[in-house]
Amino acid sequence: MKLKALGMLAGAAAMSIASFAANAAELNVPSLVYRTGPYASGGIPLADGFADYFTMINERDGGIGGLKVKVEECETGYKTDRGVECYDRTKEGALVYGPYSTGIAYALIEKMTADKIPLLTMGYGRTTAADGTVFPYVFNFPSTYWNQATAIFNFMGGELGGMDQLKGKRVAYIYLDHPYGKEPIPTLDKLVEKYGFTYDKYPVAPASMTEQKSIWLQIRKTKPDYIVMWGWGAMRETAVKEATNIRYDMSKFIGNWWSAGEEVATPTGERAKGYRAATFNGVGMDYPLYDDMKKYVYDAGKASGDGSKAGTVLYNRAVVNAAYIHETIKLAQEMSGKADISGEDMQKAMEQLDLDAADVKAMGMTGLLPPVKVTCANHEGQNPAVLIQEWTGSEFKIVTDWIPADTAMTRPLIESDAAAYAKEQGITPRSCS
Amino acid sequence: MFYREAGDFKTSYAADQSILSIKLDRYFVIGLIAFGVIVVPMIGNDYWLGSLLIPVLVLSIAALGLNILTGYAGQLSLGTGAFMATGAYMAYKVATNLAFLGAPVAIIIGGLSAAFAGVLFGLPSLRIKGFYLAVTTLAAQFFLLWLFTHVDWFVNYSISGVPSIPPMEFFGVLISGAEATTEARYLFVLGFAIILGLAARNLARCKMGRGWMAIRDMDIAAEIIGIDPLKAKLSAFAISSFYCGVAGALWAFCFINTVEPGAYDINRSFQILFMVIIGGLGSILGSFLGAAFIVLLPIFLNNAPQWIGLNLTSDVISHMEIMIFGALIVFFLIVEPHGLARLWQIAKEKLRRWPFPY
Repeated sequence: MKLKALGMLAGAAAMSIASFAANAAELNVPSLVYRTGPYASGGIPLADGFADYFTMINERDGGIGGLKVKVEECETGYKTDRGVECYDRTKEGALVYGPYSTGIAYALIEKMTADKIPLLTMGYGRTTAADGTVFPYVFNFPSTYWNQATAIFNFMGGELGGMDQLKGKRVAYIYLDHPYGKEPIPTLDKLVEKYGFTYDKYPVAPASMTEQKSIWLQIRKTKPDYIVMWGWGAMRETAVKEATNIRYDMSKFIGNWWSAGEEVATPTGERAKGYRAATFNGVGMDYPLYDDMKKYVYDAGKASGDGSKAGTVLYNRAVVNAAYIHETIKLAQEMSGKADISGEDMQKAMEQLDLDAADVKAMGMTGLLPPVKVTCANHEGQNPAVLIQEWTGSEFKIVTDWIPADTAMTRPLIESDAAAYAKEQGITPRSCS
Repeated sequence: MFYREAGDFKTSYAADQSILSIKLDRYFVIGLIAFGVIVVPMIGNDYWLGSLLIPVLVLSIAALGLNILTGYAGQLSLGTGAFMATGAYMAYKVATNLAFLGAPVAIIIGGLSAAFAGVLFGLPSLRIKGFYLAVTTLAAQFFLLWLFTHVDWFVNYSISGVPSIPPMEFFGVLISGAEATTEARYLFVLGFAIILGLAARNLARCKMGRGWMAIRDMDIAAEIIGIDPLKAKLSAFAISSFYCGVAGALWAFCFINTVEPGAYDINRSFQILFMVIIGGLGSILGSFLGAAFIVLLPIFLNNAPQWIGLNLTSDVISHMEIMIFGALIVFFLIVEPHGLARLWQIAKEKLRRWPFPY
């Protein structure tokens, strides 16, 4: 016990030193990462992309508005309690967080609202946070799971030659049996009502992600017209492999944007040819931005991790995430008239964020980053849409134009769920008009 | 010299029967509680209270629960996470649908529900023992979590299945939700930990606790001397699960603020079992020491390189964390197989003899 008390004193002293160091004028953008654990295959490219983008900004522009951006990584291992611990450890002067984990995002929603730091869950987290009147500090642009689900079915309809062709079709929905995987189910039920197809649910337990034999046996028997996957971690690689084992037509197998990384299809390689996945960011390195990344980061030997992930789908997504944050910081500095901004300034700017095609071109990210317009009430962006990418056997290629989501269907769902949350939490939704 | 029982005379039955009969022990515990209640909230910051001490205390309560079952009654269980989940989900249900009852009642109802689940899954213990029992408690782990994640009633039909805990007050002070101060949440959890810790200590030395220990040491002999195994085993399961349920509810209410199935998975059950083994089987103090060791050490290892000015990347740090942590567990178990509580006991013996050891 005495030892513990001593340890606490020593720790408290160390903490005060650490927090003193953090007070120097820097733009503090902590990065909650998971480079270890069962989800590391997705976590590493995400962490690398985020860090590399800001390294480039610091090297090329000397930071933003004259202040360097400090990206402090904290390892969560995808565990919620460690994520909360990391948040408390790094929140001093932090501008924004993006934990890339549904569990951590949910645990931080109320905490960050109370601490007045915006939470940018780009295409994950709580879908209903799209309602800015109830969730002022949570953002999930450029699109949400529900919108993604409608867009995937719009794509199928387009492929079949009309949405009415979906009638009577059978879809297999294979998902991680986790809040993340269950999130789109209410939307699927609505889609069934509207288009008259049927779907079977195939949950994959997180504890045994790689044991899917029985599921694929059933799929082989029922011969669904399409398979939709909401996977994460090692579950995705296994599913793609099993699908090729039963010789399922891979072009009818569509993953969501978290099942879109190269690591999903690479283990199966050539045989997975035709596997499709939704995405909201471009693939590859064929964008002007990457000239700067190459010059200031890769060639300078400053790349995060082993530098091998550059240009992969998830790496690009993290770059897009960092670029949105970069633009928001610039806007916040402009709006508040000072370089050393706070989380509150950041939130105000994020609600005014409006990047059109010309802005994206100026960023050198045309095709890589979707234009977005956020408002006070709408935190998912005005025109959520997805691209579909296809596996050629060695890399992903974008094969479609932007496929719009059916927001007319999802928006009322979002608003009613947000209202239920507000009631349970005793929140009065703010007025946005 | 520093620690001695000599000259500590008891002159009444009450004094003889007090929970901590040695004066020095008593002063130490009272001092420690006073330190925890008065000094710690004053010197601790948000990070220390909110992210380190609250999880340590909550998991200490869960470890106490498992220690009652495994350490005192000798029934191996791998269902701790599930019983914590039962407490959390039921407390959430009560807190949202019967909000007028208040947070403490909701948490206790959560604990009682867990106790009920514990009795139900403890029934096989009347027939099977040891590792086989551990396997049947695994069934509880998987079944209960499956139930809570697939029956929407438990989460008030929330679409995501990860409901947030509403802000709740205790005597006019917020103790849950994001607006609650860390100090209030810490003191609320500490209150539960103190009461449950003292209760466990008392339980262990009353008739029921002695029955548990008799069953643990040799169940047939215990039955012959008149201890009903049905009552002893099921009471151990009920009380153990009650503790776990309260811990699970506190985890959701005062720590992560949501009821998340991932927080109560099989890894949690193992983590708490390790706390009990490393802290010391059949020791109240050991539950607290074990929880502190398992929760704080990885976080300390993760922070340490930064404190001493080493600039390592986060993946190197966390790989080092895992390796050093694993090595330390092996080291401790080799050096002291009876756990940290035994080290404390040895320290006390040494203090007694100092400065003339023999």
